[in-house]
Order: sequence, then structure tokens, then C-alpha cells
Amino acid sequence: MEWRGWAEIVFTIALTVAVGWPLGIYMARVWAGERTWFDPVLRPVEAGLYSALGIDRGKGQGWLGYAGAVLAFSAAGFVLLYALLRLQGQLPLNPQGFDGLSPHLAFNTAVSFVTNTNWQSYGGETTVSSLSQMLGLTVQNFVSGAVGLSVAAAMARAFAADRGETLGNFWVDLTRSTLYVLLPVSIITALALVAAGVPQSLLANVTAKTLDGADQIIALFPVASQEAIKQWGTNGGGLFNVNSAHPFENPTPLTNLIEVVSLNAIAFATVVAFGRVAGARKEARALISAMVILLSLGAAAIYAAETLTPQPAMVAAGITDAPANMEGKEVRFGAAASAVWAAQTTGTANGSVNSMHASYMPLGGGVAMFLMQLGEIVPGGAGSGLYGMVVMALLSVFVAGLMVGRTPEYLGKKVEAREIKFAMLAVLILPLAILGFSAIAAVLPVALEGLLNKGPRGLTEILYAYSSATGNNGSAYAGLTANAPWWNTTLGIAMLLGRFAYMVPVIALAGAIAAKPKLKPTAGTLPSDSPLFVGLLIGIILILGGLQFFPALALGPIVEHFQVLAAAR
Amino acid sequence: MSVSLARSGAFNQAVIMTALKSAFTKLDPRALAGNPVILATEVVAMLATVSAAVAITGGQPAGFAIQIAVWLWLTVLFANFAEAIAEGRGKAAADSLRATRVTTKAKLIIDASRNAIIPTPAHELAPDDIVLVEAGDVIPADGEIVEGVASVNEAAITGESAPVIRESGGDRSAVTGGTTVVSDWIKVRVTSRPGSSFLDRMIAMVEGADRRKTPNELALAVLLAGLTLVFLIAVVTLTGLGAFSGVSLDPMVLGALFVTLIPTTIGGLLSAVGIAGMDRLLKVNVLATSGRAVEAAGDVDTLLLDKTGTITFGNRMAVEVIPAPGMRPEAALRAALMASLADETPEGRSIVDLARGLGVTAEIPSGANAIPFSAMTRQSGLDYDGKDAGKMSWRKGAVDAVIRTLDLSEAQVPAELRQAVDAIARSGGTPLAVSENGALAGIIHLKDVVKPGVKERFADLRRMGVRTVMITGDNPVTAAAIASEAGVDDFLAEATPEDKLRIIRAEQAKGRLVAMCGDGANDAPALAQADVGVAMQTGAQAAREAGNMVDLDSDPTKVLEIVEVGKQLLITRGALTTFSIANDVAKYFAIIPALFVVSLPALGALNVMGLSSPQSAILSAVIFNALVIVALIPLALRGVRYRAIGAAKLLSRNLTLYGIGGLIAPFVGIKLIDMLVSALGLA
Repeated sequence: MEWRGWAEIVFTIALTVAVGWPLGIYMARVWAGERTWFDPVLRPVEAGLYSALGIDRGKGQGWLGYAGAVLAFSAAGFVLLYALLRLQGQLPLNPQGFDGLSPHLAFNTAVSFVTNTNWQSYGGETTVSSLSQMLGLTVQNFVSGAVGLSVAAAMARAFAADRGETLGNFWVDLTRSTLYVLLPVSIITALALVAAGVPQSLLANVTAKTLDGADQIIALFPVASQEAIKQWGTNGGGLFNVNSAHPFENPTPLTNLIEVVSLNAIAFATVVAFGRVAGARKEARALISAMVILLSLGAAAIYAAETLTPQPAMVAAGITDAPANMEGKEVRFGAAASAVWAAQTTGTANGSVNSMHASYMPLGGGVAMFLMQLGEIVPGGAGSGLYGMVVMALLSVFVAGLMVGRTPEYLGKKVEAREIKFAMLAVLILPLAILGFSAIAAVLPVALEGLLNKGPRGLTEILYAYSSATGNNGSAYAGLTANAPWWNTTLGIAMLLGRFAYMVPVIALAGAIAAKPKLKPTAGTLPSDSPLFVGLLIGIILILGGLQFFPALALGPIVEHFQVLAAAR
Repeated sequence: MSVSLARSGAFNQAVIMTALKSAFTKLDPRALAGNPVILATEVVAMLATVSAAVAITGGQPAGFAIQIAVWLWLTVLFANFAEAIAEGRGKAAADSLRATRVTTKAKLIIDASRNAIIPTPAHELAPDDIVLVEAGDVIPADGEIVEGVASVNEAAITGESAPVIRESGGDRSAVTGGTTVVSDWIKVRVTSRPGSSFLDRMIAMVEGADRRKTPNELALAVLLAGLTLVFLIAVVTLTGLGAFSGVSLDPMVLGALFVTLIPTTIGGLLSAVGIAGMDRLLKVNVLATSGRAVEAAGDVDTLLLDKTGTITFGNRMAVEVIPAPGMRPEAALRAALMASLADETPEGRSIVDLARGLGVTAEIPSGANAIPFSAMTRQSGLDYDGKDAGKMSWRKGAVDAVIRTLDLSEAQVPAELRQAVDAIARSGGTPLAVSENGALAGIIHLKDVVKPGVKERFADLRRMGVRTVMITGDNPVTAAAIASEAGVDDFLAEATPEDKLRIIRAEQAKGRLVAMCGDGANDAPALAQADVGVAMQTGAQAAREAGNMVDLDSDPTKVLEIVEVGKQLLITRGALTTFSIANDVAKYFAIIPALFVVSLPALGALNVMGLSSPQSAILSAVIFNALVIVALIPLALRGVRYRAIGAAKLLSRNLTLYGIGGLIAPFVGIKLIDMLVSALGLA
């Protein structure tokens, strides 16, 4: 541990929030349908889309209509993507001549990109054609992120409404989030990445002669543009197998900083926009504070675990002043930049990596996994982080809010049985999918075939996979060979549950909240913008998350940590 | 009844014995259907019993299994006991009420013109029957007096032994079955059906016969059921994860882990908290028709208060006598006193009291002639022929009336007195003029006196976010003066009963909850519309039926206490929930290392409490989990103290106490139990 490392962590997180803030102010205008700088160019496009698709932009949808539209759109996206991946061998723009994907891999991949997870059971550069990449995966990179942003917009409107009947129009939210938010930031980021040395090419492989005369085939892609939306859409699916550890995806510390900031800024921006639309700016600041504190704690814990835990191999070799654990980390980034990326990517439902989490010390990887198990809310995925955090805020207010002697309220909305029902339905999905699938996989021989390790590490591989899938994160703990029917199928189901079995109750929750009268705060109202509330929220998140997953974590990373300590003694 | 309640309120032996008995009858799973947490505990207790039995018949060591099973059953029993004891206190009160229920013969009038009477059993009376009730008779049913006036002893209902006057017409015409006519006679039109009289409803309420979950209880039950499911998933999946890790897990121990994790503390005490809330209301002599009303009381945003009787004493009182120029203050005061000696109205008495307080006293001279108030003269007083001392006369009355009698023009009234009259009127008071022997002696300042302590209570309410709105028939000037003196947030002057209804609807449209109290028949619509409508027991029958609470003392200030009881109820629920959830952290640190340490010795590091053995750790956690329910029964019944210190401070206080306290307490408790368990060699 050194001060530079800590400074790097603090600087990165601060910069992320600083970028997210103005973006959030802008996003609030986009959600509200107000004028923006891009209107001269984008208004005609937007209007053309609406008239071509027959969308009445003024027509609001109730929660059922909104949820129905989300599901219909996602289902259509899945079918198209599945077909594209299966048939890519017969389709053009396939310079490397890849075959179509197997049914289970195509299912897993299509689900993965439609659910904004971007779990990849395959190596990108050796599996997916340029057409599939551009027309399939990239399209979903944009629109799956925009779906999350849309639901966040609906949630914001629900809190603003006073006995409201509608949540807005999903098709309009989707279009505007894509056109006005994700597209511009991606273009700007892509240009910046190109300037910083990231390749952007439509050519197939380049063959180079190595120093000892062998032929080396170097895969080329339009990397910079993919990279931009991979990060901004909280997608995380890399073109290359090793993701942002690959020198084409992430060549320098500068590109690393650009990428790690663009990975997370949208989540903070969503909260800022929520605060503005819901008329709760102070309360939104409290949510951001809680996110920043938890994220910083996560990054600090990973960094500490990577630098302080004694490494048995080093101890055995008689090296007492071993530096940070550098296994699986890029030397050009170092331990701190890797730690902060690991925390940001697991806290964000992004899942792109610049180092291999499986090579972390047990607690380092364990913290990354725990950040996902919290439900991807610190600060969470595009849109999804916000609504996940709102669910936690509602539960916090409900549990502790009674202690001020009133039926709890959050942002002027009473929290009653209906809200608690939907909130609990949503949060139940996490233990059900993560622990449920893990427990089955842990005893199923066909599942265990894909496992590299036994013991606690093997269990961590299983838990990590289902945590990543359910949290719609997409990062992986290497060691698990997931491209097999069992894993592709169950991980796909976990992703669907984590996305839609969570999102639909959340939209129903938004509907219930919108329908309530908007109350003015009084001296008797639980303040939801104070440091006390931030502390309460953090406490509830950690206790609820911890209580669910502590036994499983004890058998995985925690016991491994103590074993490492014992071995290094 | 207040007397009997005070007796039954304590943990007396009879209540405890009954509660112990019903703790066992409540083991019937059907009785626990509404309480998923305790039902789940019972299911695990059954499984543990079977597994202990299997161990015994198999000849295996079963001591540990038996102890776990016993403590799991005790957990369920303790929860049942908590509910039973809360119910028991209500039942005891109901029994004392039931004893007053009458089985007398009523005098049913079958022919009004000839006063023909048939003795009829009280339970055979139907609505609209007319009965005659004479001195010494018990009123056979609830009803409305159609003829006559009588003094009625209502001690059976209110505990107040002084008789009250009941008469036909107006707001004092309602009588309650079970009360006794002390003098005179009345004819009563029966309004209640047999079995649904006020007394019957009171008994039902007190007993909690019709106890449905309140909205907040429902929401909490959903949360608790959700948490139970979460922990079910966490524990059941542990079998798979444990198998992978080479850990063999005893199902009995997993069951114990599950029970300690699910929120048994709040699950066990939830209904007791609710019943105790109604019980606390009963202690202040308020009956709530439902727990829902008690809960709504805690949520009230706006309190509509009648000025008279609630904020001020019912009558205006003299506070000052301003002497006419040239008159000594004592002389003016004496003139006012003489003018009021014969005046038996509260206003007149207040003038006598004021004079006495200032050391001026007098008796009515013998042979004096009292001049009563008349609508014509608008003044009253005293004439006295003092023979040698000459004829004396004192008058007091409306300023313009006295001046006219004295034949003064406006301009002849001294400027000082004119200014005093204006100042009194501006301040919302009432000026009266006093004359002595045909000369103006001074001005009496009559004032609506705000009850002591009211202002502080309103300030408390404001700190808790409750707005107070004063309703009065006074003119706006008077109303504004009293409003500012009492410190209410808003007022409505020259209000009609329809205005009340309108205000309530307007507040509710803004999403606010409104409480009010009332006694008149014309208050009934507003009482019905309000979220918390407190009817006065002495009020009209229509009002008593419209409200969802009845104050047996007929004290309108009671509504403030009702709000506090409601808040206390919600705070208690929140505190126990927070405590319950926070407890789980320590339980994990007790049980998780105990579960795994044999197969994975490295996890011994998590045994931060240094518990003596895995079995002892698990047993201690289970014992702690059961005992904490018992330990918290008094808190659940008494309620967490409510303090009007503002939401932020209250939260931080209770969060520290029950959140942080809930984190720490079980670490200490489990460690102590473990020391005891290992010292006794139980595990």
C-alpha cells in the first residue's frame, strides 16, 4: 500500500462523480423532453422514428403498459440476436469465417446482451463475426442500457407524481435515452480513445512476422467505438477475451482512466437526473453519498487485500517485503488502478475487467463478488443502479422510519404494504438465483465438470458466476469453463431473473408510488437527506446483503482467506 | 371502568395464569397462520422434536438435540405468551364490563297515548321501541330520550360516579344501556339492536374479538415474511454449498440457524404491540373501534380542535377591572363585585373570584334586590336600600347598554375607558361596563382563558409535524387573538359544522390524515370523515356512532394523548424490528464458525466471542433468541417512550438504542449464556 495508490483510488472515484454530475443534469432534461444542444440534429431523427413506428409521444403508459413494452422490446431483441448468432456463418461481414453459435451458447449470449449483463462464455475475437458484433451485440449494448435508463426515468416520474396514473412512455424514453444520452457520450469517448491510441478498424486480421520469424495473426476490430459503449452502457462485453486488460482495448493508463470513468459515470448521472425529475435533489445527493462511501470501501478493501494479505508463495520463497499481489494484473496499471476498476466494475453491473479477478487474493475477489451480491447498487448499472438503490432506500425507511412514530414516507410517498410487497419480491430474486443455482451446481457432477478448482476457490468460482449473472454484471472468475450446456443455460436463466424478475416488480412499485398522493414533508417526517439517513441506508444494505450471503461467503473467500493466512504463517 | 382497568392493568397473577394457558392453546398451527415467522419456528420445532426422538430411539446421544427442541418450542410459547398476556389484560377489562351488563326487564310502552306498559326482557327490545325508565331503573338499551329529563349515573361506562343530566332534544339526549337513572323519569327510543349496543361494542373492542391486521402491520408482516423466505433460501442452499465444501451439516443445527436468523423477536411481539397500543388508550379511558384507528392516530398530520373546552375553558373569565378616571382601582373592583354577587353565571362567578383573588370580598347585603339579566336591558346587578347610607345600585352589562341606561352619549364616556374598550375588543376579549349609583365605575375585561399547558403541547405536536387548527364560532378578531395565545398553527373563525367537514376533505385531498373530536349530532359527518374521529361519551348518539374512538371522560384535550399513543405504537414496532434484524449479525458469528469449524478449522477465526464449543455456541444462540422475546415483553406492552424532539433527533436516538444496541446486545448475551451453558455442562 502506498499513498499514490490511495490517491489514485480517490481521484478516480471523485472524477467519476464529477463527470456524472453534469451528465445527470443533462439527462434530466432528456427525460423531461426539454430542449437540448443536440435538438437541431436529433429532433428530426427522433420525430422520424416516432412517425415511422406510429408512436404517440404524448401518450403515457400505466405500469402494466410500461412493463409490457419493456418485456416485448427485450423479447424481440432476444429473438433477433439469437437468430443472428445462430446464422452468422451464412451471413455476410464475417471476414474470419466463424460458424454459427451452438444453441446453448447463442441462448446465453443473446440473453446476456439483452439483459445488459454481457457475460461471455466465449472469447470474442475467436467466436463472433463482425456483423454479429455490430448489428447484434453493439445494438443491444446501446438499447439494453437505454432500457435500464428508461425504467429509472419512470421511477423518477413516479416520485414526482401526485396521484399519477402513468409513468411516461417507454418507447419515447428508450429512443431519447439512446439518441440523446448514450450515442453522444459514446461518440465523444470513442474519439478520445482513438486519440489515446485505441485502434478502430473494419479490416480482418493482420498477419505479422515475429522476431523469430513465425506468423502472428493479430485480430482487428472497430475497438474504440465498441469500447465506448461497452463502458457507458454498463455492458462490459469485450471484443477480446481478456477484455480491458488487452492492449488494444486499453493500451495506456490514460485510456484506463477514460474507461473506468465512463464505466461508472452513467450510474451517478442517473441518480442526479432522478433527483432533479423527482424534485428530490438533496435526497439524491444522499443516495450518491451512500454509493460513493460503499464503492470507496469496496475499492479500499480490495486494494488492502491485494497489498496486505501475505502471499504464501512469496513467504515460502523467503521474500518478506513482497509488493502487492500482481498476479493477473497489468503492470501498466498497477494494483491500485486494478483495485479501483475491480470495485467500480463489480459495483456497477458493468463487468468489464482490466485485471483477472480470479487471480486476486481471496478477500479481494470476495469483496468484488459481495459488491455484485448487494444487488448492483453501488452505484449499479445504467438505470438499474438507481432503481435498485431506491428499493433499498424504501426498505431502510420502512424498517427504521417507524421509529419516528409515523407510517414511513420516502420522498413524500407513504411506504405501505403494496410497496413493501413489490420491493421484497424484487430483492428476493438475488438470494434465490445466486444461492439457489449455486447450491445445485455445487452438487451436480455435470456442472462441476467445468470447474478448475476444488475447495473454497471452486465454490467461489460457482458463486461468482451466478452472482455476476444475476446482478447482470458479466465479469467472470476465471477457472470456470462456462461454455457448456448446464452453465450456459442456468446462467442465462439467472440473468433473465436478475434483470426482468427484478425489473417488473420495480415497475409495479413505480406504478404504486405514482398513484399515491405526494405529501409535503413536515417536522415529523423522517429526513432522507441527512448523514444519519446515509448511515442508515449503508447499514441496511450491508446487513441485509451480509445476512443473505455470509454463510456462502464463509465457505468461499472467507475460509480461503484464513487458510492463506495460516499457510503464510 | 377506569377503576377496574387500573386493577387489571398490572401483571396480576390471574392474567398471567390465563396467558400461560392460552400460550399452549395457541400452539395450534391454525392459530399461527397469520404469523409466518412463528409458524416457521413451530415447524422447525416439530422437526427438531422428531429428530431428537429418532436419536433417542436409535440409542444415540440426544442431550443436545433434546435441548435444541425444547428451546425452539419455548421460542414459540414465549411468542404466544406475549400475545396472550396482551390480550389477557383486555379480557380482564372486558369481564368487568360484562358484569355490568343488565338482564333487567324493560318497561316497554305499547300505547303512548295511554302509557300502557309491558315488562319486556332487555334483550328482546328492537330499535324504535319506546321504553320508560324511572328513578332506580337501569336503562335497558342504548337510545335517544324522546321525552323527559333525568339525572343518570354513568359510572358503569365512565367510572365517574357523579350523575349527569340527560334530556330530550339537543346533544345531551343520548343514553347508554347499562347506566342507571338516579332521579326523575325519561322515555327512551331504543336505537341499538340486541348484541350491538355500545356496551357490547365496548366489550368486543376491549377483548379484541374483531382484531384485523392494520395497514402498517400488514406491511410489516410482508417484510417479515420476505425476510423469512430470504433466510430459508440462505439456510437450505447451505446444504448444497456445504456438501461441495466437504462439510456435513446436521439438519437440526440448520433448523436452529434458520430460527435464530428469522425475525422471531418482532414476529413474536408484533400482535402484542398492537393490542398493547389499544390497551394504553383504554388506560386513558379512550375506546378505539379498531387498531387501524390507533395507528392512524400516530400518523395524523392535522388536528382539528374546537376552541371551547379544548383550547380554552368553556367560559369567558374576568381578568381585569379598569377603573373610571378618578376612581380608585379597589373601588371599581368592589363595584364590579357588587354587581356580580347575585350573578350565578360562570362569567359572574369569575368576577367574584377575581375580586377575591385581589383581596376584595363582600356578601349580598340582606334585603338587597337582585336584578337578573334580561335580553331587553342586557345587564344585571344589585339594588340595595341602605336606609341611612342611602339607596345603592350596581349594574354590569354590555358597554353600549350600560351607557344607554346611564343616558350618556358616546362623547361623555371618558377617553381612557373608550380606549380600554377598544383595546379589549381588539385583543379578542369582551368588555363589560360597570356602573355604581348611576355613574360609570369601570370596565371589566372578560377573556377566553387558554388552558394551562396547552401551548406547550401544541409546540410538541409541531415538532412532530402535526398541524393544529382551531375551530371556533367566534369572529375573526377574537379567534386570531386566541389562536396566537394558544399557539395553534391555523384557525377557522365563524365556523359551522359544515366547515369542519370541508376542512377535513381539503386536508385529506392533500394526502393528510386528520383527527378531530366532537360531541354534537351535527359533528357526526365530520367525525365519520376524519381519519381519527374521537366522540365524547356524553355526546349525541349519532356522534358516538360516527367516530372511530370514544372518550369515556368526554375530555376533548384527550385527542393529544391519543396522537401520542399512536406514535408510541409505531415507534415500538420499528424499534423491535430494527433490534430483531440487528441481532442477526451476532448470531452469525456464533453459529457459522460452529457449523463449519470441524471440517474447515480456519473458520475458527470467526469465533470472535470465543464460545466454548460448537454445540454450546448453537445452543446459546437459540436460548438467547428465545429469552430475548420474554425480555422484551414489558417493552412491547409498555411501548417505547415517545418524545416530542423532532423526527431527526428521535430517529438518531432510537437508531442508536435499538440499532446499535441490537448489534451489541446479543454478542454480550450469547457469550454470557455460553459461559453458563458450559459451566453447567449442558453442551
